[in-house]
Amino acid sequence: MALELNHVTKKFGEFTAVDDLSLAIGEGTMYGFLGANGAGKTTTFRMILGLLNPTDGRITWKGKPINYGTSHEIGYLPEERGLYPKMKVEDQLIFLGELRGMKRNDAKAAIRKWLDRFEVPEYLNKKVEELSKGNQQKIQVIAALMHNPELVILDEPFSGLDPVNVEMLKSAVKDVRDQGATIVFSSHRMDHVEELCEQLSIVHKGQQIVEGSLRDVKRSFGRQNVRIRSDHDLTGLQSVSGVRNASYALNGAVFQVTDDETAHQLLEEALKTGPVRHFSIEEPSLQDIFIAKVGNEHA
Amino acid sequence: MRDFWIIFKQAFLSKAKSKTFLITTAVVVAGIFLLANITTIIEAFDDGEEESTAIPVVADNEAIVDRLGEQLTAMGEETGLEVTGDSRDELVGQLEEGEIDSFLILRVPGGDSIEAEYVSESSEMFGFPMMLQEALQSMQTEMRAAEMELAPEQAGALFEPVAFEQTTVSASGKTEEEMNQARMLVYVLMFLIYFAVIMYSNMIATEVATEKSSRVMEILISSVSPVKHMFAKVLGIGTLGLVQMLLFGLAGYLAMKSSSSVSELSESFFSEMGLGDIPAMTIIYAIVFFVLGYFLYAVLAALLGSLVSRTEDVASLITPLTMIIVVGFIIAAMGLSTPDAAFVTYSSYVPFFAPLVMFLRVGLLDLPWWEPALAIGLMVLTIVVLGWFGARVYKGGVLMYGPSRSLKDLKKALQLGKE
Repeated sequence: MALELNHVTKKFGEFTAVDDLSLAIGEGTMYGFLGANGAGKTTTFRMILGLLNPTDGRITWKGKPINYGTSHEIGYLPEERGLYPKMKVEDQLIFLGELRGMKRNDAKAAIRKWLDRFEVPEYLNKKVEELSKGNQQKIQVIAALMHNPELVILDEPFSGLDPVNVEMLKSAVKDVRDQGATIVFSSHRMDHVEELCEQLSIVHKGQQIVEGSLRDVKRSFGRQNVRIRSDHDLTGLQSVSGVRNASYALNGAVFQVTDDETAHQLLEEALKTGPVRHFSIEEPSLQDIFIAKVGNEHA
Repeated sequence: MRDFWIIFKQAFLSKAKSKTFLITTAVVVAGIFLLANITTIIEAFDDGEEESTAIPVVADNEAIVDRLGEQLTAMGEETGLEVTGDSRDELVGQLEEGEIDSFLILRVPGGDSIEAEYVSESSEMFGFPMMLQEALQSMQTEMRAAEMELAPEQAGALFEPVAFEQTTVSASGKTEEEMNQARMLVYVLMFLIYFAVIMYSNMIATEVATEKSSRVMEILISSVSPVKHMFAKVLGIGTLGLVQMLLFGLAGYLAMKSSSSVSELSESFFSEMGLGDIPAMTIIYAIVFFVLGYFLYAVLAALLGSLVSRTEDVASLITPLTMIIVVGFIIAAMGLSTPDAAFVTYSSYVPFFAPLVMFLRVGLLDLPWWEPALAIGLMVLTIVVLGWFGARVYKGGVLMYGPSRSLKDLKKALQLGKE
């Protein structure tokens, strides 16, 4: 395992920000780190980066603790975006690149390459404050990726971007992963995590409540969605035993069930009311899992 | 070490290349040259307006006017006198019209006493009437002596001036004239130190707060340790300050040289100010105290800057720091006239005041070597302690966000820095 967190706990005085968190992330995987605001994501990232020391437990990167000696191997996109507002994009990126151990000329080449990739080569000599927020974010993503880090930590990389830019960044992140980097990212957007991450973990108030591969997480959730489309009234189906939840729309309904048996029973019942146009058993979305686990107020 | 230099270079270059820095430096350098050549410039404007400055005198006795003229010339006054037939009222009229600046009415009633009235537009000509009075006084004394039929030797003996010489036995061991020269130089340098320390420590605090508020800090400290970052920053901006001060110094020196070749006046002007031949030791002390004073305050400023999350809060948090410098400056300013006063002596060992007060003492007095050495030692010690302490606060402070406007956050930052 490339990055390992072993029973990590972080306390600030009386307050426990992270409670007994364990993760193991393999090399070249993309790991999703989900949690509501204040769940302890940023604290965890800061511990991984060595900015904070865990109160208890151990964090290792390739078997060694992370410190300033390993910082050249790490790329970091903080949640709160930050760049020098008055500095030109190129100067700024050269400075940040050099701090991550790049040579000046390599940094220059990498900056050109990345700006081209993000279709903003004209920003090379602009001051950061002149750029829009989304474009500033692109610059910051470049700062996190330009030195070809082996471990990339992205805190909310896609927030505040339009769909076109989200796709652009997603493909960049995927490429970096395909080149062998280990990527940890946090997000509120469950669809992004579902699309990108093989493995994930959900934390809530410092506690890890879900951990594992996307498929295992979905399987072990123990609920499925049954979607039925019909022109007839389906409200009566709610009384079928095993149905946990039902939501109705004009052209049908979605039932949350715990096993396949209930699903079949639902189909039978539905057919009794009339012809069914559509029937499917869907695996739960991450959104469903997150809401079920963390609670509605954080969705 | 490489990281250190990258931050150092960035702190130095980004400021050095900034428009603000270039413009400020250029303006001050231009100001120095302008000031050094001010007499030349004034002369250039005065050209062709060589008006006679002779003062009209109403007198019943022309001989006495000639005598007064001689007396004034002997006293080194260049203003000439001119007997006029106009009446007092006419002269007052001319004065109001601005045709003349002043006039004098002389009468010698009884032949052995002098009555004089000096009328001028305003009382701003302060030195001249005094001189006039002095000249007339000695003339009257002479007249009286002649009336008493004293022999010239007797009269001479009567008016022989007292042999008066001023020497001091204070610690300075400098004559009054030397003191005045040193005082001027020390004042100028002290002001520079005061100004530079305030300006650059403010720059540090703002810089740190900007990095924090723009959140670039989190990227920086994930690649460089906060301690390294802080010291590289302090050193980078300190070097910038030193470069700027040296530029000013060089400009002042060149301006002096170039202007003194143009006009002898300004040369005498400068030597009067004590800048004619600058004692090398004073300059060396000035640099040493500037550097140490800067570090002392810069480390504190960086610490304070790390506590705020918005640049707007810097001003309020840095006020106590500025107050300390101001107090130091007030002590030093008072010490200009009494450098050996007890409160000056004691406060010169306080590390926060030493850059100004000990520099003042070292510039004005002949101190035994250990006194400045002790103050410097104490300052270095304080800088080390503050550096160590500051680094710990900084480490936590840079991670702290939220409303932070008080020194209470210090404890919080220290706590966070440990974790």
